[in-house]
Amino acid sequence: MKRHRKVPFLHVAVDLPKMDIFLQQIINGLVQGSIYALVALGYTMVYGIMGLINFAHGEVVMIGTLVTITVATTLIKAGMPVAVAGLAGLSSAVLVCMALGWGLERIAYRPLRNAPRLTPLITAIGMSIVLQNVAMIVWGRNYLTFPHLLPKVNFEFAGAHFTAIQVMIVVVSGLTMAGLVLLVYRTKLGMAMRATAQNPQVASLMGVNSNRVISAAFVIGSALGALAGVMVGTYYEIAHYQMGFMLGLKAFTAAVLGGIGNLAGAMAGGILLGIIEALGAGYIGDLTGGFLGSHYQDIFAFIVLIVVLMFKPSGLFGEKTGDRA
Amino acid sequence: MSKWLNPRSAFGIALIAAALIALPFVAAMGGQAWVRILNFAILYVFLALGLNIVVGFAGLLDLGYIAFYAVGAYTYALLASPHFGLHWPFWVILPIGAAVACFFGVLLGSPTLKLRGDYLAIVTLGFGEIVRIFLNNLNAPINVTNGPQGITLIDTVAFGDFRFSGTSQVLGVSLSGPQKYYFLLVALAIFVIIINLRLQNSRIGRAWQAIREDEIAAKAIGINTRNLKLLAFAMGASFGGVAGGVFSAMQGFVSPESFSLIESIMILAMVVLGGMGHIPGVILGAVLLSILPEVLRYGVGPLQMALFGKMLIDPESLRMLIFGLALVLVMRFKPAGLWPSPERKRELSEKRAGAV
Amino acid sequence: MAEVLLAAKAVAKHFGGVKALRDVSLSIREGEIYGLIGPNGAGKTTFFNCMTGLYIPDGGGFDFAGAPLKADAPHQAAERGIARTFQNIRLFANMTALENVMVGRHVRTAAGVLGAMFQNRATRAEEAAIRQRAEDLLHYVRIEDRADDLAKNLSYGDQRRLEIARALATEPKLLCLDEPAAGMNATETEELRDLIEGIRRDGTTILLIEHDVKLVMGLCDRVAVLDYGALVIEDVPAVVQKDQRVIEAYLGA
Ligand SMILES: Nc1ncnc2c1ncn2[C@@H]1O[C@H](COP(=O)(O)OP(=O)(O)O)[C@@H](O)[C@H]1O
Ligand SMILES: [Mg+2]
Repeated sequence: MKRHRKVPFLHVAVDLPKMDIFLQQIINGLVQGSIYALVALGYTMVYGIMGLINFAHGEVVMIGTLVTITVATTLIKAGMPVAVAGLAGLSSAVLVCMALGWGLERIAYRPLRNAPRLTPLITAIGMSIVLQNVAMIVWGRNYLTFPHLLPKVNFEFAGAHFTAIQVMIVVVSGLTMAGLVLLVYRTKLGMAMRATAQNPQVASLMGVNSNRVISAAFVIGSALGALAGVMVGTYYEIAHYQMGFMLGLKAFTAAVLGGIGNLAGAMAGGILLGIIEALGAGYIGDLTGGFLGSHYQDIFAFIVLIVVLMFKPSGLFGEKTGDRA
Repeated sequence: MSKWLNPRSAFGIALIAAALIALPFVAAMGGQAWVRILNFAILYVFLALGLNIVVGFAGLLDLGYIAFYAVGAYTYALLASPHFGLHWPFWVILPIGAAVACFFGVLLGSPTLKLRGDYLAIVTLGFGEIVRIFLNNLNAPINVTNGPQGITLIDTVAFGDFRFSGTSQVLGVSLSGPQKYYFLLVALAIFVIIINLRLQNSRIGRAWQAIREDEIAAKAIGINTRNLKLLAFAMGASFGGVAGGVFSAMQGFVSPESFSLIESIMILAMVVLGGMGHIPGVILGAVLLSILPEVLRYGVGPLQMALFGKMLIDPESLRMLIFGLALVLVMRFKPAGLWPSPERKRELSEKRAGAV
Repeated sequence: MAEVLLAAKAVAKHFGGVKALRDVSLSIREGEIYGLIGPNGAGKTTFFNCMTGLYIPDGGGFDFAGAPLKADAPHQAAERGIARTFQNIRLFANMTALENVMVGRHVRTAAGVLGAMFQNRATRAEEAAIRQRAEDLLHYVRIEDRADDLAKNLSYGDQRRLEIARALATEPKLLCLDEPAAGMNATETEELRDLIEGIRRDGTTILLIEHDVKLVMGLCDRVAVLDYGALVIEDVPAVVQKDQRVIEAYLGA
């Protein structure tokens, strides 16, 4: 089977012997799924608190990747140690994205709090177009190479191969998500966020500053997005100004799959989606008697989504929000 | 109807008709390319009004509308091109295209229309992507869509011997191919405008508005919300299918590239930016958003040269950048759209006042 | 004795641990005004919601006009002849008063997309009839002068009336009112009472949920009392008023 490199970070290698394919695809899916989960959290936090699909979130992730490339490559060229350059790249990406997320909300979305439901959605789409094209003007049309920040070490387990980078991605995502859960369930800010998500009016009556909470959701979501962007870059070693679109779409799908507005749902949805995609890509040929090939990989996300929502209209972990008549 | 007798509106209609007739000749002075741009503007008016039934009337957020357009386009392409060696006439295929698109609409809608608004949005978006991916890949093992290359040499529209491609004499006037399509498209657009207007003030239109306002109350007075939503969805899909067929014939060529998500988003943006649910607003939105990128395409390059003496910024990105900014700015300063219906405008300003 | 119009048979509904209805059985006869009272949270609204198909009961069911009502099919309940108002008014806020009532005619009219498109004679006649009927109903509830105002701009009392007019537009056999007097002053309540009596006189059976015990006792032919989701008693007002359990339910709440 040919390895498809059309949109690089969405296609998992499938050219492996069949015996090991299952475990291998689970590992690949877990890695991709961790990335989806981090991005999905950004969507879900914003949606949970203000009911907005922040279409521009994928672009924030993309900018995170590209900023890292610029900073890390420049520093490496200047003779800095790779580890320092990498960390500097990561921190600048996180800072830039946090500022970007904050700015997006302040400038584009906040004035639309009382606007009709679809207005902020169109604004988000507009911002997504703007960010993509700014990125193209700044970084150009071509694919950019992501610097090697981690040593290439391979492991083998029961016939499946994985790299240090993959392990790193899963571990760092796991720790980050654990951190987020602590933040949301153990801090005052987190409590304010949960209260606002439950009922904005009541929360603000209890003295919660909803502007601060919304800003926080954007800033935290963007920081997670930046981290995911760096992971995507490290993993696929290549980046492009359009990369945020599909990634964002998949991550949003993951968030809906898990039940949008629900943190655990976004994490589970992301990982599940990654694994389903990887397995689907690995087995679709066998399943359809060779009729459909692995280039149909991208449809799994959406088919699974449609099927799940048919049976669980609020997603896997979403609460059933029965309308009270 | 009595309002036709009103001399002022009769005069207005005559004026609009004269302008519509003159337009393709004026545009042709700038070259046939401008006539084509005009044609696409009208095609988008058609599409936007089709989507308006779904989003504006029934309040269903559909982000995969382009899929139905694609279905119509490929139906036409497959039945009127050398690809399968079929050359059915336009007026036979167009209803087939509409029916196939309608079928897909019902297929997608019947399991998903009970979903909450934003869930429906993502599901329709996913459906749009599924359709595009299939179009891209259904060239093997059986070559149905010819994959990414698309289908070429599609028949032009023809009624008997009268063909819509090439120049011909009509009533003593010489009309180019695009100009002929222009008049076909205007006729179709008028048709869809009338349907929109009549639906809006009908039993069905009121029921849609009721569902949009309060679904539970609508159910309680006996409105079968599921069927009515499905009806809106199927109607929107059929219009998309018709538009796709015309697109196919006019272009003579289709490929999956024309049916990407950004197109769905664009049409939705036309509806919302113009003034959702308000027919003149939707028309305005469609015309503006289809012409603006073209004007920018011709404008930003020369403008940069004039200002800076060189190309500072890739004109293509600059064009899209301005487009994106325009979306953001319009929504910022005209949240209900450029030309909202009077009630909606009032509704919004009241909400504003109440929010302070 | 008049025929039974609606019979609830051991209707049960719970939300998680909350038992909102515990095997409630009662029957409403044709032509009567039937009161349903009980302390806040007793399950009255839930009973309405089960009956009109908005909630699916966890047990039991309803017979209406001699045939079972389908659960989970609110539009069919309206079709069969059950109309309702909501405790916290649910009008189509951005439609005019007249349009609110016109849309209430939906279930008794037939024009479809083709009719709308071709504006054939039948469609135009039907449309005119819808409008005429809606105007008549606005007149009936005495808000005809507000016909062209958006529903949300009506006063509270007028909104209640409009909601009743919209329900009547569906030509119900049974009209269910959920706390229609809530938030009304004495005069408005008095007018409402006249309106309800008028509706019954014109042949519609009425099920009334109400907090205002005086209103219920004066107006209703029979009254049922719910407490903690269970039916306490179903009888004529004079008997209900003196029942020890009812007094306890109200004092205990
Ligand atoms: N949709 C719902 N979800 C959860 N609990 C509900 C719901 N609807 C009603 N309840 C509960 O059921 C009980 C009965 O409520 P309700 O029927 O509204 O009472 P009433 O109308 O008699 O005041 C209450 O405890 C209420 O909290
Ligand atoms: Mg109640």
